[in-house]
Amino acid sequence: MATELKLPELGENVEKGDVVRVLVNVGDVIKADQPVVELETDKATIEVPSNVGGTVKEIRVKAGDKVKVGQVVLTLDEGAEAAEKAAPTAPAASKTSSATAPEPASQQEAAPEPAPKKEAAPRQSSKPAPVVDISTGRPAAAAAKAEPSSTPVTAGAPVGAAPSVRRYARELGVNIGDVPGSGPGGRIGQDDVTRYVKGVMTGARPGATGVARQPQLPDFSKWGAIDVKPMSNIRRKTAEHLSIAWQAPHVTQHDKADVSGVEEFRKAHAARAEKQGAKITVTAIVIKIVALAIEKFPQFASSVDMANESLIYKNYCHIGVAVDTPAGLLVPVIRDVDKKSISDIAGELTVLSQKARDRKLSLDEMSGGVISITNLGGIGGTSFTPIVNQPEVAILGLSRTATEPVWKDDKFEPRPMLPLSLSYDHRVIDGADAARFLRFVADALEQPLSLYL
Amino acid sequence: MSDTQLVVIGGGPGGYAAAFFAADSGIQTTLVDMELNPGGVCLYRGCIPSKALLHVAKVAGEAKHAANWGLTYAEPKIDLDKLRTFKNNVVGKLVGGLGQLAKQRKVTYIQGKASFLDAKSISIEPAGGGDAKKLTFDHAIIATGSYPTKIPGLSLNSDRVMDSTAALDLPEIPNTLLVVGGGYIGLELGSVYAALGTKVTVVEMTDGLLPGADRDLVTYLSRRLETTLHKILLKTRVTGMEEAKKGIKVLMEGEGLGDADKAQTFDRVLVSIGRRPNSAVPGLDKTGVKVSDKGFIQVDAALRTATPNIFAIGDVVGEPMLAHKASHEARVAVEAIMGHKVAFEPQAIPAVVFTDPEVAWCGLTETEAKKQGRKVEIAKFPWAALGRALAIDRPEGVTKLVIDPETERVLGVGMVGAGAGENIAEGVLAVEMAALVSDLKLTIHPHPTMSETLMEAAEVFFGHATHVYRPKKK
Repeated sequence: MATELKLPELGENVEKGDVVRVLVNVGDVIKADQPVVELETDKATIEVPSNVGGTVKEIRVKAGDKVKVGQVVLTLDEGAEAAEKAAPTAPAASKTSSATAPEPASQQEAAPEPAPKKEAAPRQSSKPAPVVDISTGRPAAAAAKAEPSSTPVTAGAPVGAAPSVRRYARELGVNIGDVPGSGPGGRIGQDDVTRYVKGVMTGARPGATGVARQPQLPDFSKWGAIDVKPMSNIRRKTAEHLSIAWQAPHVTQHDKADVSGVEEFRKAHAARAEKQGAKITVTAIVIKIVALAIEKFPQFASSVDMANESLIYKNYCHIGVAVDTPAGLLVPVIRDVDKKSISDIAGELTVLSQKARDRKLSLDEMSGGVISITNLGGIGGTSFTPIVNQPEVAILGLSRTATEPVWKDDKFEPRPMLPLSLSYDHRVIDGADAARFLRFVADALEQPLSLYL
Repeated sequence: MSDTQLVVIGGGPGGYAAAFFAADSGIQTTLVDMELNPGGVCLYRGCIPSKALLHVAKVAGEAKHAANWGLTYAEPKIDLDKLRTFKNNVVGKLVGGLGQLAKQRKVTYIQGKASFLDAKSISIEPAGGGDAKKLTFDHAIIATGSYPTKIPGLSLNSDRVMDSTAALDLPEIPNTLLVVGGGYIGLELGSVYAALGTKVTVVEMTDGLLPGADRDLVTYLSRRLETTLHKILLKTRVTGMEEAKKGIKVLMEGEGLGDADKAQTFDRVLVSIGRRPNSAVPGLDKTGVKVSDKGFIQVDAALRTATPNIFAIGDVVGEPMLAHKASHEARVAVEAIMGHKVAFEPQAIPAVVFTDPEVAWCGLTETEAKKQGRKVEIAKFPWAALGRALAIDRPEGVTKLVIDPETERVLGVGMVGAGAGENIAEGVLAVEMAALVSDLKLTIHPHPTMSETLMEAAEVFFGHATHVYRPKKK
């Protein structure tokens, strides 16, 4: 009897992907955990392994197919375990080393793959959702999507709403249990549902998502020819992420650092660094300085939890670096920057940037950062206002170093000035601290020894 | 392009309801069933024929009862062939009607047996023989129903051991009949044979008839059955059956079972211990559809199986195995196929036992409330105080309301008495509409009818029912 291999859970909020290529052929004998298909999801390309071994019987997808979580990818013969057992929830392909990625609320499970534990969301279970009997109540969102039950829903928790009202609520996407009923005995009428929905839409009441609704677009073809292109995965994911990220109250502070010393240092050590296989860049230096800055100003690496009225401080130092690729903006994360040298960082940055451009970054390699750095200096610009990479609270932008006249003692001197733009979430960071942070970074660039004072 | 947009496999109350609604909604539909016309177990060998026979049983019972009222009838002469013909005509008219409806709606009806080739196609073996035909589809609804369970380890191949299908065919009026299983099927069919003159013994494994129903309702029924049936053996199980010279020898074991009952020979035995889902559809394993340990096809709230384009409804997906559940699930499944945001989410599915007296209930039972540890208030109105009940000389019965004490909402309704089945629908509506006890109390019910008991039970809740003095305890 053929065992089916279904696309397992790929990560938080990831429900589908595009097949890049199939890595096995019909008739191949494969082992458990052997990658069978390469998939592009949102921003990352991942290899999906088989959870059982066996002989490939039927391949149900091909390059270019759009596939969904739960969809059968291939069937195997002699796979002893049923497909339900221990399906991996994240790519096993890239195992970046960190052992220090804690998940606040999760329990450590004895599952064999270490990779799933590093997924961002604490609530993501790393074992497949078991078959849920939904007759006993409302199923969790994830379970309802994927798992059928053995008995249909009968009178579970009685809801005080007539069938037509329940239907109305369902059509509008409302969970009838959330609607307060104004009728006798708390009975919920159609008006109650309408009132509830109005409340959500006008923001008087928190709805399922905090995203503002899209205003009606005009018919652009009225004014000339148009061309509609669907968003690429990366563009779509970027757009979705920023729709939420920009909602934090942003302030951007600008400063400049005299990097003449940095330039001399780079020239002097270029040869030695090349031998170690790394090119010392301003970005790499700034990354290391920011790691030191976070130690002094830990709130810049925190995250804010408004619902629980708390700030989450992280005792690890992973820094994201924005990389511009032909396919869009990707932010690989360098882990444990505090433990690495500038050469290490430079080398890793080169590798990650290339991976980003080759679309070979895993989701894991793009998560876990505590602060981000974005450098547009290679292209140009005098300053900009980057958007904080939610759920972080600060982002440092670098623009093009330009020779500027700087007043020194009693005259102007030409100096290479690197513009720094620090955007931050004002709910967590106040202007004074931001100014201090930025000054720390500028001072470190101008007078590195001041770091040890 | 698929051969058909929707194929419905199984033409019972779930299947044909789905096919007709789909066709009405503009979906090009094919219905596959092994019979000449749609109908399923319900029409051919379940609900309909049993109710036809139960009606006859009721008439026979009333004729006997009429002696109390000055009308003395002689014992009826029973023409079994004519009775069987009547029943068959009822079935024939109804299934023929369904066939007509299918034609009117341009549903393609194929008489045959379906097997799955994969998640997009089936193979149909025509009932009349001939080559199997392949049919590709966009969507499928599996409505294959259920079959009567056999006693594990005790299957005897004998004409004298019947299931419900065989019993409904009235092969003969046996002198003695053992009904194995005290659920609704066994009690209904047992009542039919008892009315025709058979000495009926019912044997039930648990400590009461109709397991699952509230005990206070069942009591009225058992009291009456004790006078119409020969014997009711509770907490007893059948441990052996063998062909004897003039019948079936049955061995039984139970608490306090008399020696005479431990080994008896019956002319015939009816095994009615439950039904199992027909989920062993050939080729189902090729579709990705999942089946639970109990044999039910697994579906989500919109009746969708693990394979997104295949749905399943009715007995094959779970309890309660009732025709009206199937027909409502059918509509939800078709709407889901049309892309509507729907779910099968009834608050009350009624159950009716068509014995005499009838037992009917819906929503939360008192038994279930106790199991959940949920605090409820019960308000009961005895039919002995009801004008209509006395007027037809059937005072035995009770109507009970299961009420949420905080909101005064009606969570469940139970009734036992003559005609309870026809009156339970109001209870279902009350529960679904989230009616309060006051709503029932304030609604004018016609007098004199059985339906008044619902209104009066609501009055009992407040301690001022007109026709029974039950002041509310302070």
